[in-house]
Amino acid sequence: MSNKLKILVPLKRVIDPLLKPKISASKIDLTGLKFTTNPFCDIALSEAIQLKEKNSNLVENIHAVSIGSAKSKEILVAAIAKGANSASLIETEKSVEPLAVAKLLAEVAKQQKSNLIMLGKQSIDSDANQTGQMLAALLNWPQATFASKVEVSSDGTSVEVTREVDGGSVTQKASLPMVITADLRLNNPRFVSLPKLMKAKKTKIDTKKIEEFGTDITPRLEVEKVEEPPVREPGIMVNTVEEFVAELKKRGAL
Amino acid sequence: ASTLAFLEYSGDKISSNSLSALSAAKQLTYPITAILAGSQIDGAIETLKKVDSVSEIIAIKDKKYDGSLSEPLAALLADTVKKHSFTNVVAASSSVGKDTFPRLAALLDIQPVTDVTKVLTTDTFVRPIYAGNALETVKTKQPVNIITFRSSAFTPAASGDGNANVEVETAAPFDGPQSEITKEEFISTGLPDLGSAKRVVSGGYGLQSKENFEKIIYPLAEKLGAAVGASRKAVDEGYCDNSLQIGQTGKVIAPDLYIGIGVSGAIQHLAGMKDSKVIAVIDENAEAPIFKTADVGLKADLNSAVPKLTELL
Repeated sequence: MSNKLKILVPLKRVIDPLLKPKISASKIDLTGLKFTTNPFCDIALSEAIQLKEKNSNLVENIHAVSIGSAKSKEILVAAIAKGANSASLIETEKSVEPLAVAKLLAEVAKQQKSNLIMLGKQSIDSDANQTGQMLAALLNWPQATFASKVEVSSDGTSVEVTREVDGGSVTQKASLPMVITADLRLNNPRFVSLPKLMKAKKTKIDTKKIEEFGTDITPRLEVEKVEEPPVREPGIMVNTVEEFVAELKKRGAL
Repeated sequence: ASTLAFLEYSGDKISSNSLSALSAAKQLTYPITAILAGSQIDGAIETLKKVDSVSEIIAIKDKKYDGSLSEPLAALLADTVKKHSFTNVVAASSSVGKDTFPRLAALLDIQPVTDVTKVLTTDTFVRPIYAGNALETVKTKQPVNIITFRSSAFTPAASGDGNANVEVETAAPFDGPQSEITKEEFISTGLPDLGSAKRVVSGGYGLQSKENFEKIIYPLAEKLGAAVGASRKAVDEGYCDNSLQIGQTGKVIAPDLYIGIGVSGAIQHLAGMKDSKVIAVIDENAEAPIFKTADVGLKADLNSAVPKLTELL
């Protein structure tokens, strides 16, 4: 039974994807806004849980981890309620770049003896799309990014992943351990029921300060400013198809 | 300082995404060495030689790079950077660039800057965050700067009378983790490529069915010589292939003309098309948020207005 899956699912707490951030004094201002689990992370978690439900003898456990403020506990509690076995928080008030996040996650993967890491392909705030690939490099594991389908072999030794790429899809196969990043169409995450959420609140979330890891999290990049994108000139409404064509011609688009 | 540009190709052609990355790389002002890797690269080398901005080409003729798997490719690029002491490594923010470059960066212990839309100086870049609702200006001063460029923000480099020197190199053996490709499915619509087309016709949930999507969107796209795109909802409903999705998680486009048909305009979709030069929208629902971003809007029944538009053009 050496091939049991120990799945690690990193989760990020982000602004509700339906909201726009405010920008003031050349910085992002998120005060008063609603937060949630990054949608792509939620899809990755949901896939891990479905793997466990479908192959209970194959999956030993699912551990959820987040790096962020104490408030990130909320998304870890939700992860437990959804079906993760355990969760831990690496607490920091600082903004941590993907390279440092990947280094911290590599430490967690070693501690947890994880052999499969499933995470979102990008977070909807920084839109970096880097962490999974960097984590795979640091661990020297194969990677399958932008997954739309994941199939574990019946003996739990290899995984076949269909990936969404420019112009179509590619199916890639690798042996465990590996890193998979979830794309939008991998699954539709389920909502969690209130009783489950209440029960999950009793689970202990192992919390460590980021400094305890001894990983250098000094930013490599300097963010000089954040600004609003240029505003478009207001457009016009027309009443007929003929006017529509005339307006497009006027604008040199036809 | 010097720049290594990783380029993608298909047959004799350098990908349009990569040619855009070359234009962006030129703005870094350093001499550009391009690298091509794979078993069938002779045609692409000949094409690339003529591109003015490239001063040197490193050719790696090796089949382990066919299919562009990130594990061997990132290792090759890391080795090449070290061997020639490049100070910048760039690529397009294509699916291969997105897959490989962060892996390359971690191998070199570098924090990359991905999806850049503007070069301000040789080390300062603008990139969209929060689905394009904010623009971040970042400075990178690392021993190697690793950058991917969003293709829609840069005009592809043109062919000229360049005459780049070609160095054929041999890759070091790769003993890292192995993936293998078991299946590839690429969709061809017979229309221009969505990522680089000058005109795009995009269909949304308002089309109500796959049949209607095909009946209404394709004839208009053909008439305009436009690429076909779609909203996430249209893709999720199965109206078209997911490689046609425009948005924060799909293709990001900036054509001269975008025509949205029955697209409501979720912020994730707007993230993918709001830099289009002219945005025109036809929808039945005057309250659709996309009208706020449109230059020209028409509230009308799609099923009669769009065929009429196709006929008028």
